[in-house]
Amino acid sequence: MSSPVTGTGTLEARDLHVRAGSFPAVRGVTAAFREGEFCAVIGPNGAGKSTLLRALLGLTSPQAGEVRLLGRSLPEWTRAERARTLAYLAQGEGLPEAARVRDVVALGRGAGDWAWGLIPRRPWTAEDEAAVERALERTDTAHFAERRVSELSGGERQRVSLARALAAQPRFLLLDEPTNHLDLAYGLDIIRHARCEAAGGLGVVAVLHDLNLAARADRLVLLHRGQVLAQGTPAGVLTPAHLHAAYRLRVRVLHDGDRPLILPED
Amino acid sequence: MSLERPAAASTPRPWRLGRTAALVAVLLAAVVLAVGLGSVTIPPAEVLGALGRGVTSLWTGAALSPEDTIVWQLRLPRVAMGVLVGACLAVCGAAFQGVFRNPLADPYLLGVASGAGLGATVAIVAGWPRPLVPVVALAAALGAVSLTLALAREGRRLPPTRLILAGVVVGSVLSAVSTFLILRGEDRARQVLAYTLGDLGFSGWGDLATVLPYALAGGGVLLALGRALDTLGLGDLTARSLGVPVERLRLLVVLAASVATAAAVAYVGIIGFVGLVVPHVVRLAWGAGHRVLLPISALAGGTLLVLADLLARTTPLSQVGVVTTLLGGPFFLWLLRRGGHE
Repeated sequence: MSSPVTGTGTLEARDLHVRAGSFPAVRGVTAAFREGEFCAVIGPNGAGKSTLLRALLGLTSPQAGEVRLLGRSLPEWTRAERARTLAYLAQGEGLPEAARVRDVVALGRGAGDWAWGLIPRRPWTAEDEAAVERALERTDTAHFAERRVSELSGGERQRVSLARALAAQPRFLLLDEPTNHLDLAYGLDIIRHARCEAAGGLGVVAVLHDLNLAARADRLVLLHRGQVLAQGTPAGVLTPAHLHAAYRLRVRVLHDGDRPLILPED
Repeated sequence: MSLERPAAASTPRPWRLGRTAALVAVLLAAVVLAVGLGSVTIPPAEVLGALGRGVTSLWTGAALSPEDTIVWQLRLPRVAMGVLVGACLAVCGAAFQGVFRNPLADPYLLGVASGAGLGATVAIVAGWPRPLVPVVALAAALGAVSLTLALAREGRRLPPTRLILAGVVVGSVLSAVSTFLILRGEDRARQVLAYTLGDLGFSGWGDLATVLPYALAGGGVLLALGRALDTLGLGDLTARSLGVPVERLRLLVVLAASVATAAAVAYVGIIGFVGLVVPHVVRLAWGAGHRVLLPISALAGGTLLVLADLLARTTPLSQVGVVTTLLGGPFFLWLLRRGGHE
């Protein structure tokens, strides 16, 4: 697998239909996510955001349509290739409380190419070590790498999860509500890290609820009832008309430079 | 931000070699002590001598003295069984706690113990010959786990919550059947109770040879799955995104642990709290990584059970299952109150 230097590959959903249980959560979504781009997926609860993310990762099989990763249909990828290329930070990801931060981050390193997916075939190498070290440094977690997870705050834990995902050195990073339960500073911190990784060539797709955080993305996809209501630049997507259609809520949109600011009206 | 990270921090030492060496030393000392103590007391030096003479007699064919025979035919099989069963229960407990992400999981979670208990009860109440009892118990224990797995299955998936619920139900129903049988066959009730309560007293080399393959197969599979078990700590979805086939892993762990536990229970009865408590203590001292947690738990479980059996033999507590539960229960409570790590 040779990897192009930056920014050429895409992760695409083509007329994707996915069920969550028996509920048709995603109904005909077509969207492309690019390397080097920070894209936020927004929409009301139940719009199909998390289901879309899982289908993009190959964790849920679509009823119809397909996911294409770097030009190749996702089912054609082996489990190992997929695990190396796509990293996922699940909503409310669990962390083993008694584990050390460094060991948690190390878990991000390639389980995919194990024998039967269960038993490592090769020893831990200096390359693995370097990837873990780099992930710790990029997420500002290196200074508490030897501490146990149980001693960390919510914001620190989320950065550890982010480091775990980055340790795989993926081409795309998919985040499901990464700022949930985080205070203003920590939430912004995660978004800053995501932007920074995208600037470095990673494709970042984040499901976000906070529209003002989402406004910091390069591009937005607004989902409503399993379909794309709008996609494009934050200024183009975050309009009163779109938000009223999606959330049944009147909002005022202010502008801070070219970044929209959403104010709900009661 | 990370300019002043101490250099030493970059080399993890998960094995804690000093602690591990100490644990091995305690295990060996416990074995020698347990072989030496009993109705006839044999000093440690003599125990080591007897062990050496027994090994050399294998090829010299020399006859063993009565004392050496006590060591080889009475004490050693019992102690070896203690090490084996203790190791088994602790490893299976650690694996179950990992795979169910539940600190209260123990190896009996899926109905193995009640299955073995029912098998033994049937065999004893029906008056079948003594050597047949563990065989029936083993078959029944495996049957009980299969029943639990069948009830918990949801298509190809094996959801942990359903497994635990199914295990509880299977366990309760089988125990009720056992109780009914015991009440009907009153005269043999004491025998059944003594059997199920956990006792290493009947262990001979033959029993050990029967349990060993199950323990090695089950334990070996679990030890090989250490890193995969670690990924489960991140949650099923994340583990799957890392490329771990979670359903396959869960099924394999449950099968391996159940086979090993079933063999142990069938031959020595129900020995409580070893599988529950040992992994918690090991986690405190060695950390949570399963590649270290599983083998160290085996060492610690073996040590604990040998010492508990020694206490059982030399005090009126009389049965090892009583000792582990009597001491393990309060110890676990203390661990919980201490505010532990989970």
